[in-house]
Amino acid sequence: MYGRFANRRLRKGNRMLDVLIIGAGVSGCAIARELSRKKLNIAVVEKNSDVCEGTSKANSGIVHAGFDAEPGTLKARLNVRGSRLMKALSEELDFAYRQNGSLVLGFEERDRAKLEELRGRGIQNGVEGLRILDRKELISMEPQIGEKVTSALYAPTGAIVCPFGLTIALAENAAVNGVSFHFQTQVKEIRKTENGYEALTDRGRFLTKTVVNAAGVYADEIHNMVSGDGGRIRIVPRKGEYLLCDKKSGNLASHTLFQLPTTLGKGVLVTPTVHGNLLLGPTAEDILDKEGVFTSAQGLSRVMEKASLSIKDVPAGEVITSFAGLRAKGETGDFLIGEVKEAPGFFDVAGMESPGLSCAPAVGESVAEMVCGFLKPCDNPDFVAVRKGIPSMALASKQERQRLISEDPAYANVICRCEMVTEGEILAAIRRPLGATTTDGIKRRVRAGMGRCQAGFCTPRVLEILARELGIEEEQVCKAREGSYYLLQGKVREPFRKEGRDSR
Amino acid sequence: MRTELAIIGGGPAGMAAALSAHEEGVSVLILERDRELGGILNQCIHNGFGLHTFGEELTGPEYADRFVKKVRQARIPCLLNTIVIDVRGGNPCRITAMNRQQGLFEIEAGAVVLAMGCRERPRGAMNIPGFRPSGIYCAGTAQRLVNIEGRMPGREVVVLGSGDIGLIMARRMSLQGAKVKLVAEIMPYSGGLKRNIVQCLDDFGIPLRLGHTVSEIHGKDRVEAVTLVRVDENLKPIAGTEEFIACDTLLLSCGLIPENELSESAGARIDSVTHGPVVNDRLETTAEGIFACGNVLHVHDLVDNVSKEAQSAGVFAASYVKERMAGRERQWGQAVRPKIPEKTKSVLPKGRDAGKTLICIGCPVGCLITAQRNSDGSLAISGNTCKKGEAYARNEMTDPKRGVTSFMTAEDGDCRTVSVKTKGEIPRDKIWQCMEEIRAKTVKAPVKVGDVLIANVAGTGVDVTATSNVRRKKEV
Repeated sequence: MYGRFANRRLRKGNRMLDVLIIGAGVSGCAIARELSRKKLNIAVVEKNSDVCEGTSKANSGIVHAGFDAEPGTLKARLNVRGSRLMKALSEELDFAYRQNGSLVLGFEERDRAKLEELRGRGIQNGVEGLRILDRKELISMEPQIGEKVTSALYAPTGAIVCPFGLTIALAENAAVNGVSFHFQTQVKEIRKTENGYEALTDRGRFLTKTVVNAAGVYADEIHNMVSGDGGRIRIVPRKGEYLLCDKKSGNLASHTLFQLPTTLGKGVLVTPTVHGNLLLGPTAEDILDKEGVFTSAQGLSRVMEKASLSIKDVPAGEVITSFAGLRAKGETGDFLIGEVKEAPGFFDVAGMESPGLSCAPAVGESVAEMVCGFLKPCDNPDFVAVRKGIPSMALASKQERQRLISEDPAYANVICRCEMVTEGEILAAIRRPLGATTTDGIKRRVRAGMGRCQAGFCTPRVLEILARELGIEEEQVCKAREGSYYLLQGKVREPFRKEGRDSR
Repeated sequence: MRTELAIIGGGPAGMAAALSAHEEGVSVLILERDRELGGILNQCIHNGFGLHTFGEELTGPEYADRFVKKVRQARIPCLLNTIVIDVRGGNPCRITAMNRQQGLFEIEAGAVVLAMGCRERPRGAMNIPGFRPSGIYCAGTAQRLVNIEGRMPGREVVVLGSGDIGLIMARRMSLQGAKVKLVAEIMPYSGGLKRNIVQCLDDFGIPLRLGHTVSEIHGKDRVEAVTLVRVDENLKPIAGTEEFIACDTLLLSCGLIPENELSESAGARIDSVTHGPVVNDRLETTAEGIFACGNVLHVHDLVDNVSKEAQSAGVFAASYVKERMAGRERQWGQAVRPKIPEKTKSVLPKGRDAGKTLICIGCPVGCLITAQRNSDGSLAISGNTCKKGEAYARNEMTDPKRGVTSFMTAEDGDCRTVSVKTKGEIPRDKIWQCMEEIRAKTVKAPVKVGDVLIANVAGTGVDVTATSNVRRKKEV
């Protein structure tokens, strides 16, 4: 089991780490991958059983062009840089990315001034190609555009990305370059030691010279373990609810359509995803519960209502699933990235709300630079920058399909028919470094269960393959976090419970 | 590869179409993605199939088996474990398929019959808010997990939707020892057959909550409860009527959708009402040479109707192939649209009193029968439309009887379970004893349909026989 392999190797010795990264979301994984360019002993701890289980898994999948953030902020600088790095990174690490361009829609005449203001801000931030479009030009680009849209700001550098694909690619490449990942490992306490830190987790302790706090909505708790009372921070989870539509509706919009705020409040976006679905959302609601990723009837209907401003005939009947994610919102309005004043060698990557995903490559670069400034490591001569993703039969050409099947006939055995995912792909997802151990893990790596039947058809088949590969019983397989989320409740032959079964 | 007629899907529709086309004298090839023919019938181990086609009640696997035997006898070639990934209409039609043995390959066919069936509506399509825990299954997925894989998806169950699959699964989960809390139905009537309400819910004391729906799912990791709410005439939840129902599993039986992604990519126009392809009176779609039948065309209530429709499709496709081979031009038929819904809703009599008004479970009609005890102790029975109804009512008033269908664990077999049934009806109060005996039993492969697996079950004098075939697992 590759997924567990890294864990076992590290637990043997209690040697000193150079870097302990807390959180295997997109920021943590980007930093791990950047740092693996250097000769460093790096570990990532994650409380869930897989990478990309928190904020990174439930967001818009947008690479923002970078016109939105206030000039001079970290958000502005890292967004523009991240957006520029993303394409090359997608080629290097083989994840789904498409530069589809984005449009900010205005609905009234006076919105034009607001769009001009946004454009000016974008230019200051260094965003290229920004242009204001009138309705006529807009219709030629987006024939389904809403009746009330009057003008728009066009950003050709806007793009879409697969957030799972990005995070998994970064993590996998980091793992191949020597970073060890420890899942189901939650940091409970951090103590300052003579030459660094001691992190106590529910699975043993880690001694490390430096710490990177990329704990998403929990970054405040981790920060506050070392900051002392004076330097406490607070992260507020801001919930966003989304609706995902069938691939049949994926062509209703070709660009990412943002809205200027209207009298209805902050707008929602309508965007194609890299896989060809249509995504609507998110709402924005500050909540207290850091695990509160539930959707609500009001939230979902609000998304539907607002999305209908952007495009005509929102495909209400084509919704295949809904979900909610939490943005890790800090108190300053900007990211909190940098060394904590009271704790040398402890770096925060906190408040990573939007555009956190877009910034990830730049965050990786920038935080790695800070850590290297502290540790002064030499280069890792064995660093491999290129990673090849799992081949997709659905996207492959006829020749590629034939080649894959001739190498392994499992590529001819379709398990998920909606997304045309084969056994070969699922086996690869399990057997790779940091391989999938749950059905959600399979889903995010190769899309089995992502389609219109939402895993109705493939669940029994995926369960069987996972159990076989992991050497466990099917009823031990979980949907997400191991030890909870059990899909099955036992075998049918387990004894009857007597109560409440009597026939009349 | 070449064939005169290719049939996509080896379920009831595909097999019936193949057989009738074969009789018309054209060469037929069946393409089936599963490891055996029969389609979804293989997991429908309950009774109630075949009254029209065979004049007797069969379980799903038995019904399938009768067709499988005919297909084998006719030596119709079948490619199993084979998935079709593309279809193009034309003369000839072109199919791209793949399997482990042949890899990716193309088939040229004079005509194609689409018989891919349908899929279930998932939670997302209903937009039920809440967390996304494990424990939410479409009823058909749960049916496969239980009946074929021998695994329990949950122990405390709420079923949303009272379609037949929902009702059948409420009974199955109960028979397997789960507690089914209730079946909720948003409409003021059930979508299932009346007889299924009697034998799946009433027999097991499972409440049917009409005009109710699930408005929220609770539990982050695993389903912990659902909120049940009453709806108004516009099917909108009524505030203040919420009930919190603790459960670990939510089964959804909220409609079936014809599976037409292949048909659409072939260029067949889809009907907005049936969600199946638009067809003419010869069941030909708008894509040249491509025919459709069964649940891919529109969702049927009874498999007998699927077989009948598919038989016609096979004949039409065969005559099309012959005409084209004779060099005649393609003829345009007349547009037709299958009746939707196929059957009327089941309206239960108000103030139903089990002692007086009975719903006959003898066939899908579900006659309302009145049985009254005369002063001399004899029974006055009225409302039945056949003799079966009278016998049913007489039994129901004195000694209610039921057939039991279930499955046993199979050892050394090519599948984990063998489906079984009581060869006749047994007293209703013996159901649990019968189930205990069935559950305790393990059978060694091979098993054939009709093999007696338990003689004289629960002392009733009735045998339990196999309703599916299990072959011996091939030595690896």
